[in-house]
Amino acid sequence: MAVLVIADHDNESLFDATHKTVTAAQAFGGDIDVLVAGKDAGAVAEAAGKIDGVRKVLHAEGEAYEKQLAEAMEALIVPLMDGYDAVFAPATTMGKNCMPRVAAKLDVMQISDISGIEGTDTFERPIYAGNAIMTVKSSDAKKVVTVRGTSFDAAGEGGSASVETIDAPAGPFKSAFVEEKIVQSDRPELTSAKRVVSGGRALGSKEEFDRLIVPLADKLGAAVGASRAAVDAGYAPNDYQVGQTGKIVAPEVYFAIGISGAIQHLAGMKDSKVIVAINKDEEAPIFQVADYGLVADLFNAVPELTDAL
Amino acid sequence: MKVLVPVKRVIDYNVKVRVKSDESGVDLANVKMSMNPFDEISVEEAVRLKEKGAVEEIVVVSIGPQQAQETLRTALAMGADRGILVKTDDTVEPLAVAKILKGVVEEESPNLVILGKQAIDDDSNQTGQMLAALLDWPQATFASEVVLEDGKATVTREIDGGLQTLALETPAIVTTDLRLNEPRYASLPNIMKAKKKPIDEKAPGDYGVETAARLSVVKVTEPPQREAGEKVEDVAELVSKLKSKGAL
Ligand SMILES: Cc1cc2nc3c(=O)[nH]c(=O)nc-3n(C[C@H](O)[C@H](O)[C@H](O)COP(=O)(O)OP(=O)(O)OC[C@H]3O[C@@H](n4cnc5c(N)ncnc54)[C@H](O)[C@@H]3O)c2cc1C
Ligand SMILES: Cc1cc2nc3c(=O)[nH]c(=O)nc-3n(C[C@H](O)[C@H](O)[C@H](O)COP(=O)(O)OP(=O)(O)OC[C@H]3O[C@@H](n4cnc5c(N)ncnc54)[C@H](O)[C@@H]3O)c2cc1C
Repeated sequence: MAVLVIADHDNESLFDATHKTVTAAQAFGGDIDVLVAGKDAGAVAEAAGKIDGVRKVLHAEGEAYEKQLAEAMEALIVPLMDGYDAVFAPATTMGKNCMPRVAAKLDVMQISDISGIEGTDTFERPIYAGNAIMTVKSSDAKKVVTVRGTSFDAAGEGGSASVETIDAPAGPFKSAFVEEKIVQSDRPELTSAKRVVSGGRALGSKEEFDRLIVPLADKLGAAVGASRAAVDAGYAPNDYQVGQTGKIVAPEVYFAIGISGAIQHLAGMKDSKVIVAINKDEEAPIFQVADYGLVADLFNAVPELTDAL
Repeated sequence: MKVLVPVKRVIDYNVKVRVKSDESGVDLANVKMSMNPFDEISVEEAVRLKEKGAVEEIVVVSIGPQQAQETLRTALAMGADRGILVKTDDTVEPLAVAKILKGVVEEESPNLVILGKQAIDDDSNQTGQMLAALLDWPQATFASEVVLEDGKATVTREIDGGLQTLALETPAIVTTDLRLNEPRYASLPNIMKAKKKPIDEKAPGDYGVETAARLSVVKVTEPPQREAGEKVEDVAELVSKLKSKGAL
């Protein structure tokens, strides 16, 4: 058996989600090759070769792969699948965007966002905002799987797999990259951070969000998250949203500040090791999942907490 | 320009589902069903494009049981022009949904298909991308802005690190994210008008699609439950508790 793992990266560094996907592929079994598709992504291919348990790295270069455009990724991956029994990708926006195209072309049902593996045809995945776990068995000959990062540990780095350069379809494709607005930050990345501080609607404005949530996160070396309400209101950028339809996080400690604890929000953070909630309403549902709850006005409690650390 | 919007009938987002004790699935008896929230956003976007004059006709389609007609009526009341119900009582997986939608696209020849990025019941996040592949069309998923101009769609997407803009040739597939728009509520006169708008009834077989499932559900179980912890009196107690727990 052989599994192809699709690397997620930005042409400079390999994202941790890739290492987690390799761990999931190991639980599935068989030889593991990693595909790095990018532009000037040689360093990423080298890095992928260091992941424990990788047999070899396939490195494809081309304009359309700089941003891993879905059509190009489909054209690249589908023919490669002759040599593999399964393809695994992280359930990041890259994996979510590209993999269903591959599945459709292979005429198989994708198994999305798996949280567990019970053999080569049976997988666990959360449904209904994580309120139920479905175990599904696939009758398809080849498996197309996306992997929930918070459910698998990252594979280590002691390997020395060889890198093989492969040809990549050059198009033309019917979509083109125009521009990107990526916020550069020195903070840890939300989905892999050990600590996360999230703010909700109660912050009331972007100014207050930046004045209260950001310094606490900086003090803790934490990533910053937000509820949908806070993002919709413009207090925080869209990629900060934690929840069913945002990012799934499971840090060592999660601070929910002025967040009520709607099921859609809980779906994104309830696997955190320790949950701290600060909310002025003692009946707020967030307290039902919090290890430590502080009933207080956040405008007093948060500066106090930041000072106390 | 013509837009096709697939809409799915799902459990209402306010309902907390219960897993059946025999682990065969979740209890859907007597729970409130609504249009998938992302599909409301898709319908709203199509209606706004029509109001701007960029689109002439909006066709909505749902694949599901007879009751999915209510979902179509909701979309018609929001401003869609006509509906297609592809009636089936089976659970239809995204791949089969995409194949049926391909058949609908071939009949209707829309310039744009706008789907939700995910359905909030099964959270699969695949139908739109699969349809794009089956049609060999370009796609822009997780859209937060859609501009139609000169036969091109310029779409801004919510991606992990921020926002990305793509230019697509049409026909194309777009899937909607939360920030694209805020869907309107249908007014009473529009709800009345929607009752007169046409809904065609079809079957998966009309498109030559076999809906047999590729995935079988082994079981559906409760996730591990989290216990409520303790309330702390003040910030000092919180800090000391977190320290003794090794969380700081
Ligand atoms: C399709 C769909 C998808 C969704 N996806 C997501 C998702 O991925 N993530 C997500 O988060 N939400 C999501 N939501 C939205 C979700 O249902 C809630 O509306 C949202 O999480 C609420 O955000 P909030 O807790 O910040 O705001 P609110 O629910 O308004 O809560 C604010 C809280 O702050 C408290 N508070 C107010 N003032 C203070 C103060 N001075 N000090 C301390 N506490 C204070 C209040 O007691 C309250 O509990 C989704 C909804 C839909 C329909
Ligand atoms: C508890 C449970 C039990 C299940 N049991 C089975 C089973 O026994 N057998 C089985 O085969 N499957 C089963 N399923 C799978 C399930 O019914 C469908 O496969 C799944 O709901 C479709 O995925 P999705 O809607 O999440 O797709 P997504 O890809 O998340 O949907 C995205 C978008 O596609 C469009 N769309 C999707 N479906 C439709 C539709 N029907 N009509 C119109 N537009 C649509 C909408 O625009 C939607 O926003 C089960 C699911 C659950 C939750």
